[in-house]
Amino acid sequence: MMRHLLSMDDLGPEEITEVLDTAAGFAGVALRPIKKVPTLRGRTVCNLFYEDSTRTRISFEIAEKRLSADVINFSAKGSSVSKGESLKDTALTLQAMGVDAIVIRHWAAGAPEQLTRWVDAKVLNAGDGAHQHPTQALLDLYTIRARLGRLEGLRAAVVGDVVHSRVARSVVRGLVTTGAEVTVVGPPTLVPERAEHWGASVSHDLDDLLPKIDVLYLLRVQSERMHRQFFPSPREYARLWGVDRDRLARLPEGAIVLHPGPMNRGVEITADVADAPSAVITEQVRNGIAVRMSCLYLLLGGEARPADDAGRAESGGREVPAGGRPRR
Amino acid sequence: MGAQRVLAAEDVARALKRMAHEILERNKGADGLVLMGIRSRGVPLARRLAANLTAIEGVEVPAGSLDVTLYRDDYDRTGPRPLGQTEFPSDIAGKVVVLVDDVLYTGRTIRAAMDAVMDYGRPTAIQLAVLVDRGHRELPIRADYVGKNLPTSPVQDVRVSLVETDGADEVTVVDREEVAAR
Repeated sequence: MMRHLLSMDDLGPEEITEVLDTAAGFAGVALRPIKKVPTLRGRTVCNLFYEDSTRTRISFEIAEKRLSADVINFSAKGSSVSKGESLKDTALTLQAMGVDAIVIRHWAAGAPEQLTRWVDAKVLNAGDGAHQHPTQALLDLYTIRARLGRLEGLRAAVVGDVVHSRVARSVVRGLVTTGAEVTVVGPPTLVPERAEHWGASVSHDLDDLLPKIDVLYLLRVQSERMHRQFFPSPREYARLWGVDRDRLARLPEGAIVLHPGPMNRGVEITADVADAPSAVITEQVRNGIAVRMSCLYLLLGGEARPADDAGRAESGGREVPAGGRPRR
Repeated sequence: MGAQRVLAAEDVARALKRMAHEILERNKGADGLVLMGIRSRGVPLARRLAANLTAIEGVEVPAGSLDVTLYRDDYDRTGPRPLGQTEFPSDIAGKVVVLVDDVLYTGRTIRAAMDAVMDYGRPTAIQLAVLVDRGHRELPIRADYVGKNLPTSPVQDVRVSLVETDGADEVTVVDREEVAAR
């Protein structure tokens, strides 16, 4: 595992598999009478949110608490940030307070990476501008693998407002890395041509693709980021790119529909599709907790010292100490 | 000097049979027993003990698996280890949980296992069965059922091989210097 979780570009197929396999081990924690393990006792995690978020922030907070970490929530509103404090000064303050990990969401692309230069804490990107949202992509990959049994060789379409979407950048990258075939689809105003550099094909014909895919990933139309007009009206968007029952019926048997939330019901997805059995949207939310536990667990372990532990493993020293992997 | 064999396949089988009798004697039968094998080699041992109990008493004894990774005390030192699945075959409230492991050494794994079990419910008792007790405890923990007491030096490795995981049943002792030299 790497030192920080900043971008899906940093994760190879083995690292993604490690995160997903570890998450599978954490999924059971949610089913227990005491939904908590003592692993991160004594560690402090700060959730630093410069942008509004409900599900990502709550999901991280639940993950941290289920690992027994001490949790500090710091949102830009109602904090020293609203008094004009810079990201650097906030970072140095957290550094001085001795936090072990910082989960950051920021409106500026690259802010999490910048943060790593100022603090010793592990940094987890919870979404930066239109750049990356790696834990979302990892929970999506986990959900797809749990439902379809594999990632390699799957055919996926990522549909809609790609240009404003950090989720799209992370998900496409994750799917391509794990061997899926990805097409990004949407109106030309919302699908950047450079998407081809992410390893995906670009299409502007959703109906042509529907019968040929295993995974339909619908993106939220991010009206709050649209400072000019990208399509004539939500109704027209829904007619051309929204998925309703008719379009759902054209998917092959067993195909699944994902959406990162929050949904604009009636725009990119109709209410009946959102609630259909092939829509795995609530599973995505549920799996998000286990995946974030996995990321925190893998990032916050002590530095590997292979020789140090050789005599200590309980089973007669037979075990090779885990964690003896090189770190980047 | 190579690996020194201390238990052959038939010794392992005999030890597990005797331990099954001891478990029944201590608990006055097999009612309310749940065997929990500690991953990884405790799991097949728990299954074999459960099968022995069933053969003797004629009742089904549930056997499950316990992954203690998240309860270990060396996460700071060794970093994250891969996680395994924990499966409780039945509710453990009001039951006697018998933890099963291959080697008892420092006692730290057993401490972690007891904490893990407690998070799943409140058993009336927790007991411990191990195939080999090699000494060198670092915590006040002892086994209730022992296949073989094996005085060892800390520079030795005790290796338990099982048919299920390693292709054959055998317990050997190896000097760690030799392991390192290889």
